[in-house]
Amino acid sequence: MVQWTAEEKQLITGLWGRVSVEECGAEALARLLIVYPWTQRFFDNFGNLSSPTAILGNPKVRAHGKKVLTSFGEAIKNLDNLKGTYSKLSELHCDKLHVDPENFRLLGDILIIVLAAHFTKDFTPACQAAWQKLVGLVAHALARKYH
Amino acid sequence: MVLSPADKSNVKAAFGKIGGHAEEYGAEALERMFATYPQTKTYFPHFDLGKGSAQVKGHGKKVAAALVEAANHIDDIAGALSKLSDLHAQKLRVDPVNFKLLGQCFLVVVACHNPSLLTPEVHASLDKFLCAVGTVLTAKYR
Repeated sequence: MVQWTAEEKQLITGLWGRVSVEECGAEALARLLIVYPWTQRFFDNFGNLSSPTAILGNPKVRAHGKKVLTSFGEAIKNLDNLKGTYSKLSELHCDKLHVDPENFRLLGDILIIVLAAHFTKDFTPACQAAWQKLVGLVAHALARKYH
Repeated sequence: MVLSPADKSNVKAAFGKIGGHAEEYGAEALERMFATYPQTKTYFPHFDLGKGSAQVKGHGKKVAAALVEAANHIDDIAGALSKLSDLHAQKLRVDPVNFKLLGQCFLVVVACHNPSLLTPEVHASLDKFLCAVGTVLTAKYR
């Protein structure tokens, strides 16, 4: 059973209110594909991923990044029921998309860095700890239905 | 995983820009690591880990100095960190998984203090560099 302190919830929802889902999502996914290029294996139909510039400008990357981070928003509305929130998506990622759950951890770490760069001194150690806990739990929830 | 000429150049330039702040970044990376990954505190039962701890600052300085040394000898990180590698293998025996955790926190510190420095390309190069350092420090474990 996940336990969130009131402070952790505040650090998460407070920051989330200031996040541009479209911008952060696009940047997080682009950086995932740039920093860990083997993750491109899931995106053969995305067109030009041949360079960091191509990846950053790729409209499919931007759109998909937005989709992924929008789903994060749902998690934040349901911090006490991440398992339920991600149940169907977990099945999808296993059965249809065949994504190794390690990739969820990689994307989570990248998202943290994107938030840090965006919020700078507001991204305090306590803030990082709360968010790192969240991304870890999201990764875990997404992996839960794997078989 | 090999550091390309572009990676080496990115890392050297990044550390050049970080300059004298490296020590402060080292301390903050440790502080963030202890807050975010409490299991890492098990390696420091003898330290005061409270806010502003002089011991954490001192240790952060050492960690930063090692990273700077590795960046300055980026063509031979194994050579530059050979003594530290021995120390980690024989005495400290920090589980290899923890180097990734500290690496993540170091990147977060750079992002917080110097977001414009951390372009996606530099982010990739620094991440690779930090991995390489972790690999060297655990290379003699068995």
